[in-house]
Amino acid sequence: MHEMGIAEGILSSSLEAAEGAGALSITGVYVTIGELTEVSVDALQFAWEAICPGTLAEGSVLDVTMVPATSGCADCGHEWMHDRYSGAQCPSCGGWVVMLRQGREMKIDSIDIDEESDA
Amino acid sequence: MKVDIEKRILAANEELAGSNRELFADHGVFVLDLMASPGAGKTSTILATIDALRDRYSIAVIEGDIASKVDAEKVRAHGIPAVQINTGGACHLESAMIRRAVDTLDLESLDLIIIENVGNLVCPSDFDLGENAKVMILSVPEGHDKPYKYPNIFQVSEAVILNKYDTMSVFDFDEEEFREVVKSLNGQVPVFPIAATKGDGVDAWAEWLAARIDAAKREGSR
Repeated sequence: MHEMGIAEGILSSSLEAAEGAGALSITGVYVTIGELTEVSVDALQFAWEAICPGTLAEGSVLDVTMVPATSGCADCGHEWMHDRYSGAQCPSCGGWVVMLRQGREMKIDSIDIDEESDA
Repeated sequence: MKVDIEKRILAANEELAGSNRELFADHGVFVLDLMASPGAGKTSTILATIDALRDRYSIAVIEGDIASKVDAEKVRAHGIPAVQINTGGACHLESAMIRRAVDTLDLESLDLIIIENVGNLVCPSDFDLGENAKVMILSVPEGHDKPYKYPNIFQVSEAVILNKYDTMSVFDFDEEEFREVVKSLNGQVPVFPIAATKGDGVDAWAEWLAARIDAAKREGSR
């Protein structure tokens, strides 16, 4: 259950950005999570709903984009998308020296805010 | 209105981990983050590793547990400085906890700090502590299918210790299948079968660790 710590990280960056922009409230938060991390999206949503009340993000929607894993082969340059079990060896040349290009992201991309009204 | 942030979620942890890493490098200390399930033999493996390396290196241990100080007391009884971190329910260690623990150690006199992470095959794998290497232990009674169920920890580890190897005949553990799955997750990761409480196989693991410590020292002194 480390999703609570992750939710707190998202909330703290969101509040900082929202306050900097003079927001009245945060309506949406967009994050990117790599499929190779141990983040459970259900648990993250649950944690999000638990920590937002009483903050500018109360009632906000947490929008999670999952990113598939992609690796590149150091020997032949082949790039391929894979699950957890097929990323260690290049499917093209059989090489074992591979670099993970994406799949371990835990990133906050942007937030949607309501600003102070001009009226 | 949309406001771009483009920041890593665990940025606060990662920044402090980076600062820990610099601190360790400045003092020439190698830091190992040891991860495993509860009961896999983390403390026994640490004690066996200390016995194998204490003549060559000055060692300290940071013990992470949800509660109690029994592990730190075991290590201290072995004549090695130990700091106990109680996470109070948290399932993993974070870099701020490590920093507070390290501040109580005499870094200048140390070559190796072994961090015993909280017993858990999931959460510790996503958190950088500023360590030089993450290593995991799986024990034979847990079963050869664990890499299927907890792949991430096998992928972030630079070595896998297979503990309680002496119980292989009692459990239905398929070592060949285990090694194949581990290889599919993490191509060239070495697997060290050991029986920590008896000392079997500990030398090969300890030599791997010693080579990493020496390599880090050479790199640091360049």
